[in-house]
Amino acid sequence: MRRAGLAAAGLAVLAALAACGAPDGSQERDRAEEPARTEGATPGAGATVPVEADGSWSLRLADVSEGPAWPLPAGSPERFGLGTAAGAGRIAPWDRDVRPDGTGLPPGSGRAADGERVWIAKCSACHGPTGTEGPNDRLVGREPREGFPFGAEPRAGPRTVGNYWPYATTLFDYITRAMPQNVPGSLTADETYAVIAWILARNEIVADDVVMDASTLAAVRMPAAGRFVPDDRRGGPEVR
Amino acid sequence: MDSADPPRGRLSRRAWLTTTSGVVAAGLVGTRFDAVDLSARQVPAQDPRSIPGRPPSELGSRAPGERPRRLPGPQVPSSSSRSPLHELDGIITPADLHFERHHGGVPEIRPDGYELLVHGMVDRPTVFTLSDLRRFPAVSRLAFLECSGNGNGTLRRDPSPESTPQEIDGLLSTSEWLGVPLSTLLREVGVRPTASWLLAEGGDAALLARSIPLAKGMDDALVAYGQNGEATRPEQGYPARLFLPGWEGNTNVKWLRRIEVSDRPTMTREETSRYTDPLADGTARQFSFAMDAKSIITFPSFPYALPDRGWWEVRGLAWSGRGRITRVEVSADGGRSWADARLQDPVLPKCTTRFRHLWRWNGSQAFLMSRATDETGYVQPMWDMLVGARGAGTSYHANHVRTWKVARTGEVTFAQGELA
Ligand code: HEC
Repeated sequence: MRRAGLAAAGLAVLAALAACGAPDGSQERDRAEEPARTEGATPGAGATVPVEADGSWSLRLADVSEGPAWPLPAGSPERFGLGTAAGAGRIAPWDRDVRPDGTGLPPGSGRAADGERVWIAKCSACHGPTGTEGPNDRLVGREPREGFPFGAEPRAGPRTVGNYWPYATTLFDYITRAMPQNVPGSLTADETYAVIAWILARNEIVADDVVMDASTLAAVRMPAAGRFVPDDRRGGPEVR
Repeated sequence: MDSADPPRGRLSRRAWLTTTSGVVAAGLVGTRFDAVDLSARQVPAQDPRSIPGRPPSELGSRAPGERPRRLPGPQVPSSSSRSPLHELDGIITPADLHFERHHGGVPEIRPDGYELLVHGMVDRPTVFTLSDLRRFPAVSRLAFLECSGNGNGTLRRDPSPESTPQEIDGLLSTSEWLGVPLSTLLREVGVRPTASWLLAEGGDAALLARSIPLAKGMDDALVAYGQNGEATRPEQGYPARLFLPGWEGNTNVKWLRRIEVSDRPTMTREETSRYTDPLADGTARQFSFAMDAKSIITFPSFPYALPDRGWWEVRGLAWSGRGRITRVEVSADGGRSWADARLQDPVLPKCTTRFRHLWRWNGSQAFLMSRATDETGYVQPMWDMLVGARGAGTSYHANHVRTWKVARTGEVTFAQGELA
C-alpha cells in the first residue's frame, strides 16, 4: 500500500531494528517527526508489536527473540549492493493492498444495484444467487444476531462477512487479489465497489442505496469489529 | 476448516493384512496401497545374483514395491494434499511427498522472470532476482512446516476409526530449507526505525498475503529457494518462498513476490475471516502464529495390524513451534500410566523429532497415546483440556493427544471417538 496517508505516531520501535543502519537522512527525519518509545524487544520476553494504529491493542510474541538468528558472516559489507532500485513505476502495479483505514483504496465507486449485476454474472455460480447457497464460501448471513458463539458452539453456523469479518476493507483487498476465482483480479475498481456494496447490503450492514467508494468503505463498521484479540498463548505449562 | 478435513479411506481392511512389505512396519505388515499391485509383486523375481543389474541412471526412482503417495483432499479441485506420515520414518519428508495447501493452485513461475520486490518503509526499495537472492550469504536449517488446520478433523467427537496418520495429521512435513535470511534482505534495503510489520505476498492466483511482525522477519525468517538440497519444489513455492520456522503454514507465503515493510497489519482475509481462533468468551484470537507442541504415533496406527503379541517399537513424531522437544511420553492404557520414549537425535528446535518406545504387547486391547513436552515446559494437552481452554468451536491449532486402539485381533484404529 502506498505510504501516502500513513501516520505512524506513537508506535513501538523494535530494538532489533537499531542494527538496520540509517545511511541517509530519511530515518532521522522520521524519528524527528515520530518520537517513538522502545519496548518489548528483550530477548526471551519476545517482542511487542502494535496492531491497531491507535495503539488500542498490541501483540506480544513470546517465541520471537531479538534477531538475527543468523548473524552475517564476519567481514560482510554494509551493503552487498545486490538487486535493482525499484522506482514508483515499478512498485505501483503490485502495491494494491488495502488497509482498514482505507489506505490503498483506488478511485471509483459503485452501488448495490450495479453490484447485483456483477454478482449474478461473475460470482453467483460459486457463491449462490443470494450469497448463501454455495457451493463455495457463504458470504451473506447475519445469524446469529446476538453474541459471537463461534468459539463456544461447534455448530454456530457458517462464518460470513456479516457475522465474522472485522473489517469491510478486507473485501476490497481480497476480491482484488483472488476473486472471481476463475479470473482473479479481473474486476474494475467500480465493479469491485459495487459488488462490495451488494455484499454489505445483503448482510444488512449498509443501506441499499449507499454509494460505495474509498471513504464510505473505510467508514463501514462491521458487526464483528472489536471481537478480535491478540494471541495470548505463550508456551509454558498453561494450555490456552 | 472444511478443506482440511481428512479424506476417508477406500480399500478394504483385509487387503492390508495380507501383504508383506513396508519399511515402517518392519517387514511384517503393509499398507492398503500395497494391495493395488500385490499380484505383480508376488511373482518371484529372477535370482538377482544370476544376471547383471541395470546400469546407473540420471534420475533415481523408488523400488517398485515402495509406493508412498500424497493424499489430495476429496473436493474437486482440491486445495491440499497430505504427507504419508505412516509410510515414512526418520524426520525428513522427501520433497515429492511434502504436503500441499494452496489457495489458487500451483503457479508456473519461470526462474529467469522471477522478481522479489521489497518496498514500503525502507530507504532503498529494491527488486531482487533469483540470482541476486542466491548470491547473498546463505543458511539452511531443518524445520517442520504444518498447516494450522492440521488435525482439526479430530476435534469432532466421532472421527472415523479408519483414519491413517496421513489423513489425521498429514498437513505436516519436514525439510532442510535453504535460503537467505530475511534479516539480510531487510538490512540491504534499510528498514525505517518506525516500521513494525511486513506484508508478505505470493505471486499465485490468490496473491495470498499475510501480515508478519517485523520482529519475526529480523529473527529467523528465511527467503527459501532450496528444499532438501535442491530447488524448492513448485508446490512448496518455487522459485522462492517465505519460511517462518515454527509458525503456522499459511504465513510461510509461497511464490513470494513482494514484501512491504509497514507499521501495521493489513488485515487480509487470511488473518481475519480465516486462520483466527474464536474462543468461548465471544472473542477470536488473531495472529495466532506459533504452532504449539504436538505429537502423533505413526506406528502402530491404522491401517496397520500387529500380527503377533510380543515386542514392538512404537514410533512417532513430535514437534513444537516454540523450540526443542524435551520429552515424549507414551501410554498404552489410554493415559492412566506413561513411560518416557527415546528421542532420536537430532533433536532440533522447531523441527520434528522422531521418538521410539519399545513396547511389549500382551495381546489384550490397548490404547496407545503419545504426549510431547517442549523446552518452554508446555505439555501437549488432552482433547478435553484443549477444548476446555478454548471452547467446543475451536478448529485451528488442534494439537491435542492422539489415540490409537490396538484390538485383540491386532487391528489398529483411530480411537479419538471411542475414548471421548
Ligand atoms: C469459480 C468459483 C468462484 C467464483 C466465480 C467466485 N468465487 Fe469467491 N470464492 C471461491 C472459493 C473457492 C473461495 C474460497 C477460497 C479459499 O478459501 O482460498 C471464495 C472465497 C471468497 C470470499 C471470501 C469468503 C470468506 O468467508 O473468507 C469472498 C469475499 C469472495 N469469494 C467473493 C467473490 C466475489 C465478489 C466474486 C465475484 C466477483 C467471487 N467471489 C467469485 C470461488 C469463487
